[in-house]
Amino acid sequence: MNIAAHEGLLKILGQVSGYIYPNEIEVHWSILIVVYPYLTGLVAGAFILASLVKVFNVTALKPTYRLALLTALAFLLIAPLPLLLHLGHPLRSWQIFFTPNLSSAMAMFGFVYAWYLMVVLLLEIWFDYRADMVNWGQTAKFPLNWLYKILSLFSKDVSPRAKVFDKRMVKYITILGIPSAFILHGYVGFIFGSIKANPWWSSVLIPIVFLFSAIVSGIALVMLLYMIITPSRGKPIDMKCLDKIASFLLYAAIVDFSLEILDFTHRLYESEESIKIITDMVVNKLFISLVVLQVLIGMVIPLGILILTKAAKFNQELRKLLYFVTAILIQIGIFSTRWNVVLGGQMFSKSLRGLTSYNMEMMGREGFLMALVLLIAPFFILAILIKLLPPWGKNPDGE
Amino acid sequence: MGKIKLNINIFQNKGFKDGYVMNKFPDQIIRIAIVFAVLIGIVIAIKLFAIPPELQEQGIFRTSAIERELDHPSQFAGSEICSDCHDEEYDLKLNGYHSTLSCEVCHGAALAHTEEPDEFTPDIPNKRRLCAICHTYNLSRPTGFPQINPYAHNPLEPCITCHNPHDPVPPESPRECVACHANIARTLSVSPHVKLECTTCHATPDEHKVHPRSVRPGKPENRAFCGKCHDRGSDRKDAPKIDVSSHGQNGEKYLCWQCHYPHLPEID
Amino acid sequence: MKRINFIKLLSKSAIVIATGNLFGTVLHAATKSVSVTISHVKRYALGIQIEKCIGCGNCVLACKTENDVPKEPFYFRTWVERYLIKKNDDVVVQSIEGGAGKLSTEMEEKDILRSFFVPKLCNHCEKPPCAQVCPVGATFKTEEGIVLVDEKRCIGCSYCIQACPYGARYMHPEKHIADKCTLCFHRIKSGGIPACVEICPTQARVFGDLESKASPLIRLKRMKKIHVLKPELNTEPKVFYTDLDGEVK
Repeated sequence: MNIAAHEGLLKILGQVSGYIYPNEIEVHWSILIVVYPYLTGLVAGAFILASLVKVFNVTALKPTYRLALLTALAFLLIAPLPLLLHLGHPLRSWQIFFTPNLSSAMAMFGFVYAWYLMVVLLLEIWFDYRADMVNWGQTAKFPLNWLYKILSLFSKDVSPRAKVFDKRMVKYITILGIPSAFILHGYVGFIFGSIKANPWWSSVLIPIVFLFSAIVSGIALVMLLYMIITPSRGKPIDMKCLDKIASFLLYAAIVDFSLEILDFTHRLYESEESIKIITDMVVNKLFISLVVLQVLIGMVIPLGILILTKAAKFNQELRKLLYFVTAILIQIGIFSTRWNVVLGGQMFSKSLRGLTSYNMEMMGREGFLMALVLLIAPFFILAILIKLLPPWGKNPDGE
Repeated sequence: MGKIKLNINIFQNKGFKDGYVMNKFPDQIIRIAIVFAVLIGIVIAIKLFAIPPELQEQGIFRTSAIERELDHPSQFAGSEICSDCHDEEYDLKLNGYHSTLSCEVCHGAALAHTEEPDEFTPDIPNKRRLCAICHTYNLSRPTGFPQINPYAHNPLEPCITCHNPHDPVPPESPRECVACHANIARTLSVSPHVKLECTTCHATPDEHKVHPRSVRPGKPENRAFCGKCHDRGSDRKDAPKIDVSSHGQNGEKYLCWQCHYPHLPEID
Repeated sequence: MKRINFIKLLSKSAIVIATGNLFGTVLHAATKSVSVTISHVKRYALGIQIEKCIGCGNCVLACKTENDVPKEPFYFRTWVERYLIKKNDDVVVQSIEGGAGKLSTEMEEKDILRSFFVPKLCNHCEKPPCAQVCPVGATFKTEEGIVLVDEKRCIGCSYCIQACPYGARYMHPEKHIADKCTLCFHRIKSGGIPACVEICPTQARVFGDLESKASPLIRLKRMKKIHVLKPELNTEPKVFYTDLDGEVK
């Protein structure tokens, strides 16, 4: 065993309080497994925002529809990477897709991921962009024109009839996509919620809490992106659209927060055997990340701001500023939520008698830098996607 | 193509505002279908031809894994085989207090020795350290298990000078109860009963020293026994007095030691 | 009447013949399969007599020697816990170097109400949650009920470690697979007993076949009060404890 790892564990040994089983000293699911549900949550949330336009005809959100779809795709492409990188044998990961153990929640990853990527996201984007891609295939320069031809699968039909059909397909796929997005993130929650050995995770509410926090984070992210990208293109921000996103963000955040409070109250009221050690952990290990970051900064303050902007008649500039701050705070809050769920579940012993610590490494395959890279990578992919498939229907060569 | 009629809502125009009439199978669907067919074909091909058959096994018989497990080399030989050569020690051990010990408890893993007796010789421990692992006094150890305080019990003397490890017995049968019941003796040392001999309360047959588990010491069987000192009528000056016949909150007739721990009695 | 009787007789004899035939075939099938059923499948398990454990830690060391478990004190297939229950009902649990290290009593002995050692290992659950959650089926139960890991198949995701309520699994620092107790599968399949059972000086560990009436484990289960760890999780553990204290989790 390498000496650095040994010394790291020895150091944690000194930070253990109470009794933990001797094998429990190591925190096996590191910051990468925090990043994974965070990224997947953004996918599900962004998609739900997009679906509001197509299924529920919220026309005010139209300017963000394609942006939300591309955001979902960019994050979905990166989402499996943290899982892959944390494996002891990443080269064997194909087994999850080809020889899965059907009783494992984690093995469902292959099916859920393939379904969501191929049948929902890519299909919807293809139908939505098809006519545009056919046009770009004729107008763009070499080699881009060939790329568009391949992407459009060499289809040529841009008759109004074909476009009407595309539109109808988009609507149907979106209808299919909403439950799929629910399954995608509900399933991530189920990975944790179904572990009966762990009282911090084992709860039927976990998948639902995951889902709504996903919607909150996804909406906030698209709002943030819209507010950054639009001015950088030299276009005015559509305030009607922004106000509408903020409203949906508020509704989703209210549901999410209520569920979290319900979960918290339920645990306290039932006060099972594990309550003592969990209280101990929340007070001593998770105070900053749970009470301060997740609840106060990540939820209570954003909720307050959003309610205030709805109630008061602020001018446009102030509203923009407040929305911007809110969206950032919510990202911090939801990331902390993932942190608290994933790492909190591993900091207390299953003997319910003691706590261990998580010392995040900086470098290394499961370190902070890797997590940072994985969090930034989707934005680069998004930049490429926006370049290739401009959401605002412009010619990619700048007309 | 033009004649295909599908009775699926997607392709029909009823109830739709966009007025799309389906009379031709949509070109888009065909293209997407080809892509999906190719992808599904690739997946099926991989599943059928590229996955090694041992990974396809899903039952409880993971033959290859079980074979790998079975191939794992052993280190411990088990004690029966030792008797083939070391029958004298083996037989001696069989009838002594160490009969439950496998030879390898003290001599270490020795499968290599059974295969190559001359190449590999097991440990012959003769230091105090090894015996102390089991026989140092520890309050968590079961009562009656022979324990000593290595700092007080003939310090520096190797255990084997007095005890034969293959048939360990005290050099003479223990005179003091404390030799085995050290934890009780410790408790007793801070108790008002410290001056009492163990045998005052426990009738102990001599056999108990030889067969501690099969012949057990007695315990007081009635209240009158404790009453000899603690009854109001007793002339013992230093003992707390109660009315032995009526003592107890609701007049229950428990034995004294069922409520009071005689090795460290408390008055409340 | 006669006719009716005759019909009755006829039908009865028909039934007798039919059942006779059926019985014959069943019997035939039974004699055919005798050679298979006679060598019954064994179901291995372990009993632990807490009242006999002296906490010497020999089992921990023997297990590490026999099974190439890393020597560092963070990886154990078996370990020994020491419980000290104080008069004010506070509980102190220790497992220094898995129970093979030096134990110290820092508190005053007279504050202690009762104290004992508890050896722990994989419970080889009848319904193992670790095998349930393994995404690739690397953890599996053999026909003898032993939970094993296929180290060529394990992808090292640690999900099984999260799912085990007993902390019995660890991530092997070199092999990068989730390792665990095999009940010394290689030893018991060739007629031996697990190394920890072999080496226990007081026979606190009892190994046996649950399907054999003569097995020492069945005898133990008949003579003593038996309890298992965390029965409420319905994993149906197959490590049976005698004299188990309620404070042990």
